[in-house]
Amino acid sequence: MSIEIDHVNKRFGDFTAIDNVSLTFNDGELTALLGPSGSGKTTLLRVIAGLEQPDNGRIRFHGEDATDLHVSKRSVGFVFQHYALFKHMSVFENVAYGLRVKPRGQRPDKAVIRDKVMTLLSLVQLDWTAHRYPHQLSGGQRQRIALARALAVEPKVLLLDEPFGALDAKVRAELRRWLRRLHDDIHVTSVFVTHDQEEALEVSDRVVVMNQGRVEQDGAPERIYDYPANPFVYRFLGNVNLFHARIHNGVARIGDVALEAPEFAGYRDAPGEAYVRPHDIEVFADRHHSGALHARIELVSRVGPTVRLELRTDESAHVVHAELSRHRFQELGLVQGGEAWIRPAHSRVFLPDTELAAG
Amino acid sequence: MTSVNRTRSVIPGFGLTMGLSLFYLGLIFVIPVAGLLIYTATMGWPAFWAAISHPQVMASYKLSFTASLIGASVNLVFGGLVAWVLVRYRFPGKRLIDALVDLPFALPTAVAGISLVTLYASTGWVGQYLTLFGVKVAYTQLGVVVALTYIGLPFVVRTVQPVLEDLEAELEEASASLGASRFTTVRRVILPALLPAALTGFALAFARALGEYGSVVFISGNLPYRTEITPLLIVGKIEQFDYHGAAAIGTVMLVAAFLVLLLINGLQWWAAKRR
Repeated sequence: MSIEIDHVNKRFGDFTAIDNVSLTFNDGELTALLGPSGSGKTTLLRVIAGLEQPDNGRIRFHGEDATDLHVSKRSVGFVFQHYALFKHMSVFENVAYGLRVKPRGQRPDKAVIRDKVMTLLSLVQLDWTAHRYPHQLSGGQRQRIALARALAVEPKVLLLDEPFGALDAKVRAELRRWLRRLHDDIHVTSVFVTHDQEEALEVSDRVVVMNQGRVEQDGAPERIYDYPANPFVYRFLGNVNLFHARIHNGVARIGDVALEAPEFAGYRDAPGEAYVRPHDIEVFADRHHSGALHARIELVSRVGPTVRLELRTDESAHVVHAELSRHRFQELGLVQGGEAWIRPAHSRVFLPDTELAAG
Repeated sequence: MTSVNRTRSVIPGFGLTMGLSLFYLGLIFVIPVAGLLIYTATMGWPAFWAAISHPQVMASYKLSFTASLIGASVNLVFGGLVAWVLVRYRFPGKRLIDALVDLPFALPTAVAGISLVTLYASTGWVGQYLTLFGVKVAYTQLGVVVALTYIGLPFVVRTVQPVLEDLEAELEEASASLGASRFTTVRRVILPALLPAALTGFALAFARALGEYGSVVFISGNLPYRTEITPLLIVGKIEQFDYHGAAAIGTVMLVAAFLVLLLINGLQWWAAKRR
């Protein structure tokens, strides 16, 4: 079941939550809506679910207009950040809820409900909790129950609002891999909202980056990470270093370093900004590499297998962050307070007047 | 939690707070009640039985308990409704209504009783129209129910209101997204969540109604066997210097009220266990 969002706007008072967004979510795809808080991603998800009404624009499910359909008639499964389990019902009752509230004619009989609930509970690997109450379960278990409950009504669309946001880091990482595998098994069109870029990149088939109610970029996770459309996406997807550069005939220069920037072939001596990820900064211990910037190592921090450096170049007041493997770090024999030469191995150049959204 | 054995607790002060609590409860509650029971015990079984089983007294038990139960039940429904309206909707005068709910607490009950009888008497503002339909409120058992409903109003509202305020909107959204109609959501999600608080409010309203005196005596007319409530009989006995009779009836009320409240607490415990 595809979802089509057609020129949707939503305002809350003076605040524009969704600013003329058009998107299509393809059948069977798992899409992440990624953005900082206030970017409109949750509102968009709630508009798809029918929990909010758009000011204008249409929502279509598989080509059929669903804009005026009540949430209870849309067959969407919705998973909330804080689980929203019914506390006075057992796990079994929670999962069975969607089946039990069906109109009498469509309601399956008791044995069918029982089988179905138990199948779903095994799917989320929690069949042994059937007779417990939500408060007796951990956060990760509760969220899996919430997912089983949403799946019980066989939704055409599964919508998840920051589903792992309330969980601790380890459980979150486990659960998102599990969600990925689950999606590979059941293939229901799914959209999940997150502000965690790692989560979006790891789990989804497709990432939609949102900011201030607009879509900044839309594409496959690798594409988004490797080719951010603008500085906002670049910054939002991870740590980044910014170098001031001069662009001339498709080459951006930072001091002695020349970076290819073929998209600016027609520019003559224009100011530019080069964005470089910390792991794309090559670090050398001596100067004989041509085209490297001299820098002083201000801080060395070892984080597990990687070493993070804070360096300061001669030209810039900004600190440059670089990341390298522990092995490489030892090979180079670098020390805190010592010298190093750095060179951006991979970068993206933007013009400085490209609007830098707050992020 | 316990500090009865000499283990060190993270939360100190168990001995002090527990001691003060027991002292306070003893002074304010246990000593008077024990006094009542001891005084009753001095009268001997036949006299006790005669005092509490007199037909006039029996009729008053029936009225007191039935009218209190009806009043508390009416408040359970309408108090719940008032709480719902106060929490869920914005409307002009909301603050005013919110403040008005507590008024039955503050108004001297005699004032309330006189106001009620003025309104509901067959010549009163409300009473004259009710008379057209053949409904008499003042000086009837219905009048007793009206007075007991009036004084019990704040309890259910004030116990349900905070629970309703804390009830996550997401629960209702989850229910709707699973295909439930609004009615089903209210019946299967909202009401069960409010049940323990509503039961507490009901119990408080019921207990308050059982002991109420001032607002009832004016509107009931105090007709023997028909509109006499038990507290009125107790006061009547005291006025005739029949202290033993008064104490005996008081003991019955005490035990009966305690049993009913225990039952309601049991219900609450059962409801709370399921969450």
